[in-house]
Amino acid sequence: MTATATSRLSGLPDSPADLRTFLHGLPGVDKVGIEARAAALGTRSVKTSSKAQAIDLAIRMVDLTTLEGADTPGKVRALSAKALRPDPADPTCPAVAAVCVYPAMVPTAAAVLAGSGVHLASVATAFPSGQAPLDVKLADTRDAVAGGADEIDMVISRGAFLAGDYGKVFDEIVAVKEAAGPAHLKVILETGELGTYDNVRRASWLAMLAGAHFIKTSTGKVGVNATLPVTLVMLEAVRDFRERYGRQVGVKPAGGIRTTKDAIKYLVMINETCGDDWLSPDWFRFGASSLLNDLLMQRTKLTTGHYAGPDYFTLD
Amino acid sequence: MPKSPKTSAPTAVADRSRLAVRKTYKLYVGGKFPRSESGRTYLVDGDNVALASRKDARDAVLAARAAQPKWAGATAYNRGQVLYRIAEMIEARRAEFVALGVAAAEVDAAIDRWVWYAGWSDKIAQVAGNANPVAGPFFNISAPEPTGVVGVVAPGSLLGLVSVIAPAVVTGNTVVVVASNPQAAITLAEVLATSDVPGGVVNILTGKGAEIAPWLASHDDVNALDLSGVDDPGLATDLERAAAGTLKRVLRPVSGVDYSGDPGTGPMTALLEIKTVWHPKGF
Repeated sequence: MTATATSRLSGLPDSPADLRTFLHGLPGVDKVGIEARAAALGTRSVKTSSKAQAIDLAIRMVDLTTLEGADTPGKVRALSAKALRPDPADPTCPAVAAVCVYPAMVPTAAAVLAGSGVHLASVATAFPSGQAPLDVKLADTRDAVAGGADEIDMVISRGAFLAGDYGKVFDEIVAVKEAAGPAHLKVILETGELGTYDNVRRASWLAMLAGAHFIKTSTGKVGVNATLPVTLVMLEAVRDFRERYGRQVGVKPAGGIRTTKDAIKYLVMINETCGDDWLSPDWFRFGASSLLNDLLMQRTKLTTGHYAGPDYFTLD
Repeated sequence: MPKSPKTSAPTAVADRSRLAVRKTYKLYVGGKFPRSESGRTYLVDGDNVALASRKDARDAVLAARAAQPKWAGATAYNRGQVLYRIAEMIEARRAEFVALGVAAAEVDAAIDRWVWYAGWSDKIAQVAGNANPVAGPFFNISAPEPTGVVGVVAPGSLLGLVSVIAPAVVTGNTVVVVASNPQAAITLAEVLATSDVPGGVVNILTGKGAEIAPWLASHDDVNALDLSGVDDPGLATDLERAAAGTLKRVLRPVSGVDYSGDPGTGPMTALLEIKTVWHPKGF
């Protein structure tokens, strides 16, 4: 671990051994407790005007994502246009927070989004596996930033993390952050591959200590993606991190969030865990694609008074 | 439907060594039997019956929409077999319907109605479709396709219920039915659930038509509305007006339909869209 990396925050562990001691000194997660808490928070009923506000907030928090091998410039342009005006029939519908694409598609999306206020996120660092040499990951990151991305979604090396090589993971995040320059750095923990809630808590703290602006649950490419309990562990981590170091870090659950009901459960959980400081697109995002249409359908239901159907919304 | 007293009292009441197993008639949505999302029930002839809410209707439309492409994509031969299987299963549960007060002759007629429609599955395309002579070097075919998701307010009798469900599903539509005779309708649902009918093809809600039907009529994802069971002309007019908002097909039969007569192909063709294809030939 380098000296520059540790000088950012006072009171940081300053050697790989210290880092390890620190991460393993974090209290363990009560698995039954966290799952029960997440389930209990998921039972709140949010209706009428509160629901309308929650839907608009959730739309503003969406990172509209397309990460397919089959992405074409046409699809990315269409998605970017949708990000600017999610519901063309209703000008009061807010724009989403960002568009999230592969680095090769960044210039295409940037041409549509330039000057709109909608951010452009790019996955980088050999997404989704992260199994590539550091040079390749850094070049990937620089290309994305040069193409116009102002947010970088990097993946951590789960292999190194699970092998206990925390120093390597830390240094990689620091190096990618440097390569990303002015762009905001979201660190994907890929919680589906970390195995335990304890590991999720450790990886969250590791990423935050290394300078992440956001911690993100998943790539969306493995079997288990964002879940409420995992996100709750991460929300507790960012809350405790700010209390300890005074720096606020955002959270982005990604993958598997498809319905308005799910999205509102997350909003309730943020409010109950971190307070409303995090209830903003600057500090919380949904990595999703199909979620947006469900939000729009629910929004239409509230404005028109009858149920909406998918025929009236774009496919992507 | 005229209610006659149940012909057999539950045996448990007579046999004091057992506790009575009282039945709750639940909804039939997506191949499952959920209670109403609202938690409400009402009493019909001493039985507890789920009282569906608008959100149950919403869930049922989602289930019907999810099931529709695969059901429409199944071969006509396969759909016919499934409908025939329904007839077989009602045959086996005839006594149950009779115990609910349905006349034996009406159960027979309902079984025959399923068999009759089962036979139509691979014939309706020949009757409703055509190879059209056109003035040009084109091979021109008109072929019927299912309309999609159909909302049905069903008449009270078992035969009436079958006579509105069968013509809709035989051609590949899926239905959300608001049933006005809950015990017979849910017993029919139990038949459907054990007859190879894919979950979501038929969804049955029990409750007040006047409460649920307006949500189906205005729903953007419902393609057609069958108002056979609406007796109140004012309500029917309101439903037609709501359905016009999304250009739904609406069936509003003249009152007093005799379901025991020959239904003809009308009930099927009313829920079909004709697709005409021009294909160049002679090159």
